[in-house]
Amino acid sequence: MKYDKLVTNALGRIVPTIINGKPAVPYMGVGKYRPTGFKASTKIASCADYPEDGNKVVSSLKEALVKAGLKDGMCISTHHHFRNGDLVAVPVFDIAHDLGVKDLIWLPSASFPCHEVLTKYLEDGTIDHIEGSMNGALGKFTSEGKMKGLGILRSHGGRYQSVQDGEVHIDIAVIAAPTADLFGNMNGVNGPTACGPLGFALADAQFADKVIVVTDNLVSFPCIPWQINGNYVDYVVVMDKIGIAEKIVSGTTEITKSPDRLLLAEWSAQFCDEAGLIYDGFSFQAGAGGTSLSIGIYFADILRQRGWKARFARGGSNKYLVKMLEEGLVEYILDGQTFDLDGVRSMRDNPHHVMTTPFTSYNYHGKGNFSSLVDIVILGATEVDVNFNANVVTHSDGYLLHGIGGWMNTLFGKTVILPVPLFRDRIPVIRDEVTTICGPGELIDVIVTERGIAINPLRTDLIEKMKNTNLPIRTIQELKEEAEKICGKPEKPKFTDEIVAVIKWVDGTVIDSVYKIGK
Amino acid sequence: MAEIATTGNKGKGIRSDCFVTLELTTKGGINLQLESKVGVMYGESIRKLAHEIMAFLEIKNANLKIEDAGALPLVIAARIEAAVKKLHKTDKEYLLPVPAEHVYATARDKNRFSRLYLPGNSPALMINAGIHHPDGIILDLEDAVAPDKKYEARFLVRNALRSIDFYGAEHMVRINQGERGLEDLEYVIAHNVNLILLPKCEHAEQVHAVNKKIEEIVHRTSYIVHPIWIMPIIESALGVINAYSIASSADNVVALAIGLEDYTADLGTMRTMEGKESFFARSMVVNAARAAGIQPIDSVFSDIGDMEALRQNVKNSKALGFDGMGCIHPRQIKVIHEAFAPSSEEIEKAKKIVFAFYEAEKKGLGVVALGNKMIDPPVVKRALNTINLAVKMNKLAENWRESYEI
Repeated sequence: MKYDKLVTNALGRIVPTIINGKPAVPYMGVGKYRPTGFKASTKIASCADYPEDGNKVVSSLKEALVKAGLKDGMCISTHHHFRNGDLVAVPVFDIAHDLGVKDLIWLPSASFPCHEVLTKYLEDGTIDHIEGSMNGALGKFTSEGKMKGLGILRSHGGRYQSVQDGEVHIDIAVIAAPTADLFGNMNGVNGPTACGPLGFALADAQFADKVIVVTDNLVSFPCIPWQINGNYVDYVVVMDKIGIAEKIVSGTTEITKSPDRLLLAEWSAQFCDEAGLIYDGFSFQAGAGGTSLSIGIYFADILRQRGWKARFARGGSNKYLVKMLEEGLVEYILDGQTFDLDGVRSMRDNPHHVMTTPFTSYNYHGKGNFSSLVDIVILGATEVDVNFNANVVTHSDGYLLHGIGGWMNTLFGKTVILPVPLFRDRIPVIRDEVTTICGPGELIDVIVTERGIAINPLRTDLIEKMKNTNLPIRTIQELKEEAEKICGKPEKPKFTDEIVAVIKWVDGTVIDSVYKIGK
Repeated sequence: MAEIATTGNKGKGIRSDCFVTLELTTKGGINLQLESKVGVMYGESIRKLAHEIMAFLEIKNANLKIEDAGALPLVIAARIEAAVKKLHKTDKEYLLPVPAEHVYATARDKNRFSRLYLPGNSPALMINAGIHHPDGIILDLEDAVAPDKKYEARFLVRNALRSIDFYGAEHMVRINQGERGLEDLEYVIAHNVNLILLPKCEHAEQVHAVNKKIEEIVHRTSYIVHPIWIMPIIESALGVINAYSIASSADNVVALAIGLEDYTADLGTMRTMEGKESFFARSMVVNAARAAGIQPIDSVFSDIGDMEALRQNVKNSKALGFDGMGCIHPRQIKVIHEAFAPSSEEIEKAKKIVFAFYEAEKKGLGVVALGNKMIDPPVVKRALNTINLAVKMNKLAENWRESYEI
């Protein structure tokens, strides 16, 4: 059964408690759900079953998949470090299709336009459903109710948590590695498809029944650094080309030239400064969007002027962050993914540019994680409501178009700031109610728009500090009204009452449902 | 007349605009075809608006196609009205209400440090122009609009003046040259404009012609919301030579601007960074404006990527005596304001003079003295201006005199 037993969760959203035949827990509130029991375990392996010379190379991906026991209903995982340049995930399902295998679950850490061709396997039943992210065309496919099983969206941290907790069991992990040795040790910093870290594949290596490493740069043992150890690996496959380099480091990460976005960046940085959030030894995380990058530039200016340093910055790294590291404005980059070649080079060569994984940064079911140690977190959103709840997965027209990424996990930073336009073209970003809740308002502190800045009333400290500012502080209600004054009050999208996907919170509970688009 | 009219823009990179195709028919009512990026949220309201405009303009049968990329109602209305009027003669104007906060008068001598040019047929650039807080926004009907778009731009500019909140910026419109410019006035004068920029001005008569037309429209429409100022732009050798007669041609001329691209072309030379070729013209404009008691305003600086060069350019401009300059990109506004703002040395000097002025006033002295030096009234006036400006630009506390020590 796709889903069953609907309940209303702590945010008033209707969610299923049976998802693809398995039980699920409704969202209870931030930090309210305490799981009991033990983590998932994997079978004990023995060296006796693996080649003594360490050579795990098999002749083809097909052979590896067949040896791994590929069969109907299995869960196959891949990672997204190659972003839109990935050449591995699609062949996996081509092979499955050729072998007549059905009802697979695909567990990517994110999906990109290069994966849109997989809709044909969703249509013909090779793939039952996706758990991870459904971007662009895959999201549209899901929104139109065409996916057989129920889609599950998780954050990067939630993906680790769900695998670790046994919510989802990976049968076969296929890990594309820019460099590997015949034993399966691997890294992402060397080779023609270098992508930086390989952290998104860590859970897969640790918890999958079978692990296949695919590389186009096989080196003699040892592969150094070994970001992921070959001791997890069953088979190594060599392919001609596993990724398209220019699409891996896609250069999507340029500073914005839009005067409106620059204004958002300027105000965000000024806000942080006036609120005393920037200090010698502070930390920040800014994403890869043009506005976020520009905020980083303003931060750099402030640090330089005062002779201060950031103790660490969280990546996604890019040339601008690397420049700050090399200039001595940042002491460490703790990096989950690199967005350009400067990031890759820096991670390879600079011991202060450190690979992190969803386990260290984001896993909510660990003994702490790094996300709550970050002073300033800059994020985006498709919509924010008057209670500061925010959406990153659906658009106001109801379509599922984006994944969650690390967005949900980073909400635990000390001050979370969302610089967003008040409206995009005619579509208001500040709404009465968001289409889909991905982040509860209590974790979102400041909304910066080009027509005013709203501080969450829970942050009385920030309100007090900004009492005498020249920045235009407004209530979120005022911002919503201004958006509607300019754009007109939007009609709500027409949904059916059929759920097509669910959003999992960082602790594995179900925070919201995504509905099929109505005609 | 054409059978089919089109207005607006479409295609890659076009946002906040729509493309309207209209064909008048003889039967079958209004056949409306809407393709909208925001159809889910605004489809119904767009349809309603379109039908309302067609009914208002008394079009009963037509094929109307709207390809919408998130246009606001003011844009959709302008595009449809322009399309109708290309095919059908009517005096009726479809006007959206003007919110009270969009209507404000501007003072004759208000600061005009920055005025941001906005192409008159590009709605996407207009909507957020006010958030960058230029002293004025210029909706440009002249050089920034392609010849075949000039007609439809008038409707968009009219609706923008009425419906867009420019957050206190002075509403300026640059009209076309000659007869076309006088026709432009029909679309802006009774619609919330504060100032008319008159391009390629060479004679006082051009100002008179504009004023005659303004009076005629104001009289006809009984429109007396606020004064309408004129800023002639000097862009030719003849204009430079006649600068004073233009500057002093009418009471509502509040500023005199110079446009250097056309001027240097007229001279047969090229515009350079150091600007030797335009030194005479710029000085003439400054002197003519000062002689007439109005503001001299400098040309735009066209390298939008180079803020340092802009800053230097503004400093030179201020040193020549200009009170402001044009901008072609919102990022230039802040730099221009900072550079035109009084420097800390100027403020310190002004504080001494103003303080002495108030002391003298308190003691009932008719003459202001600083040490044993007499201060002339114009110097006091300038110092007062500097202080007011510094306070307004947050460079000086309003109550600075309370803690002032000589």
